Amino acid sequence: MPFVLDLFAQALNGLSYGVLLFLLSVGLTLIFGMLDVVNLAHGSFYMLGAYAGLTLIAATGNFWLALAAAPLVVGMIGVVIERSCLRPLYWRGPLDQVLLTFGLIYLFEDLVKWIWGGRIRSIPPPDLFSGSVTLWGATVPSYRMFVIAFGLVMAVVLWLLIERTRLGAIIRAGVFDSEMAAGMGINVDRVFTGVFAFGAGLAGLSGVIAGPIQSAQPPMGATILVPALIVVVVGGLGSLKGSLVGSLIIGQAETFGKAWLPGASMLIIYLVMALVLLLRPQGLFGRALK
Amino acid sequence: MVHRMTRRTLLTTASLAAAGVATGPWVVRARAQGAPLKVGLVLPYTGVYAVLGESITQGMELVFARENWTVAGRKIEMIKEDDEMKPPVGIRKTEKLIDSDKVDILTGPVHSGILMGMRDKVHSSKTILIVSNAGADAISRERCSKWIFRTSFSNWQPCQPMGGWVAKNVAKEVFQVAPNYQAGKDMMEAFKETFVPAGGKVVAEDYPKLGETDYAPYLTKIKQSGAKAVFAFFSGTDAVNFVKQYDQFGLKQTTKLTGAGFLTEPDVLPAQGRSALGVITGHFYTPVLDNPTNQRFVKEFREKFSNKMPDGFACQGYDTAETIVRALKAVNGNTQDKEKLVAALEKTEFDSPRGRFRFDPKTHNVIQPFIYVREVKEVAGGLNNVPIDKVADVRDPGTGCTLPA
Repeated sequence: MPFVLDLFAQALNGLSYGVLLFLLSVGLTLIFGMLDVVNLAHGSFYMLGAYAGLTLIAATGNFWLALAAAPLVVGMIGVVIERSCLRPLYWRGPLDQVLLTFGLIYLFEDLVKWIWGGRIRSIPPPDLFSGSVTLWGATVPSYRMFVIAFGLVMAVVLWLLIERTRLGAIIRAGVFDSEMAAGMGINVDRVFTGVFAFGAGLAGLSGVIAGPIQSAQPPMGATILVPALIVVVVGGLGSLKGSLVGSLIIGQAETFGKAWLPGASMLIIYLVMALVLLLRPQGLFGRALK
Repeated sequence: MVHRMTRRTLLTTASLAAAGVATGPWVVRARAQGAPLKVGLVLPYTGVYAVLGESITQGMELVFARENWTVAGRKIEMIKEDDEMKPPVGIRKTEKLIDSDKVDILTGPVHSGILMGMRDKVHSSKTILIVSNAGADAISRERCSKWIFRTSFSNWQPCQPMGGWVAKNVAKEVFQVAPNYQAGKDMMEAFKETFVPAGGKVVAEDYPKLGETDYAPYLTKIKQSGAKAVFAFFSGTDAVNFVKQYDQFGLKQTTKLTGAGFLTEPDVLPAQGRSALGVITGHFYTPVLDNPTNQRFVKEFREKFSNKMPDGFACQGYDTAETIVRALKAVNGNTQDKEKLVAALEKTEFDSPRGRFRFDPKTHNVIQPFIYVREVKEVAGGLNNVPIDKVADVRDPGTGCTLPA
């Protein structure tokens, strides 16, 4: 059954791409949901993650170490950015935040060019996942299988963290009503910084994860931003579940679009977005609009 | 109270980001000197093909620096404009260089679409354009111009000899894949010209978007097409992603990857790593050529640009600058008499890193001394494109071109 095989193989391709989008968009949507900041520099954190990752691998030769450490490095950068740049803007209009984070894209791009140069770089996959596997007749790089598994585990971990822990409860309280939360003795400032750093770290993590599949070069942060924003719009602003479902939908739509209608693959994604917005203006899992 | 952002703002933001992402400010470096020779460069300095623009510029700088930035008594001033790989931007920058900077000579671009857009402005204003990359076949054919020379290649040149070679030496069933724009289409057509008559069969062809990052859907299709080989054209980040993912999908063992030389140029080879081993491509240049000009070029280039290996693009830049220098010396620095300058350019001939460089008087396009069939192998100093065969004197057919026009 070549058609069924084709369908299965392409669905796996779509899944690995979708999971990558999820790791990226979840930070974007968390930061938006909690802080009400559309962080356009989110793609830059992704880029910084890739570069931090390749530097760590060059230094240690260990992919797993880089995978663990690069998000911490990017998270720290997130702390600095939140404290120094965003904090003064929370009380001002969204346009200021958008302009600032848009400016940060150029800042980080030049910073990366300055430190690492404009040359195209790439992260080799870990030895354990350097080959390919055949699943019911479909050949998939084993690294992509790892990405799929890793992304799905991360989705569960994030859900547990936010829905089932005290920390998650604090975060949710801070979002729901930050004044009330402050009145209850929660340090809202610190929660905001923490959430921003966490989101940045997740973007950094997806940068390292994407490294062995794609290549690293300075404009990568800007190019990845658009699909990530589309996922957030489709899934619903600020929703973890929306980010996951949105990523999987967009991942499949783009993959099947490329396979069956290569000329119109981008159009298909925009059509999906338009359709979702028509039927559910707040996104699939977004808060109802007031 | 944190300011609530609405969905509308987010959407506006998203489209703003999409539109604005690549239109960043670009600082032009200009030298203030008296009565200089102005050379205008329309090249990508940002985006997917930024590394190409950089290599071409470096190749030019190497030659101009050798001449101490003075030729026939005139200081050379390079005016760099970032075309962002967007035809409207490239055309606007071309107009700016011609109308307000009043450049003596124009070079660039990388993008064939930009070249096609520039063509009429250049032709009608009688501006000398030395094309240093874009391979649009039409510029050597029905859209050729007396004022346009090309030091790089026509898209036809590296691919047409490969068709017959692949059919004879690799496989008769081939899957063709290239980015969805002019150069991609030109190259795939050129390959077929000799591949099909040699008994080859194109199993299928695909045209992903330029700047694609995930080739998985296409690789799955290649796997299931039953093709014995692939003929591909990609460049820059696209080349890195395609070759790496090709290997990761286990296609290297079953389906030989061949293509136009840009697929494994030194600008992308280090990032591709061992995934590129065994890839066979056609190109007019490789840094391992053993002629004295090339050896000196590689040595000087690496010394000047922090040990970077020169690529075909750097060679194109080198030949562009060398052509400018020689033609300018031939007319004693007088760029006012354009007819004379064109005549001098036509006669330009010199030893380039790629071999004996000369223009085809019929089309003003370079006659490639050789198209090398190169295989990526492990040599001293890492991976490189090692020639395994060659085809001499490859000149574009120039169908439909009548000079002077």
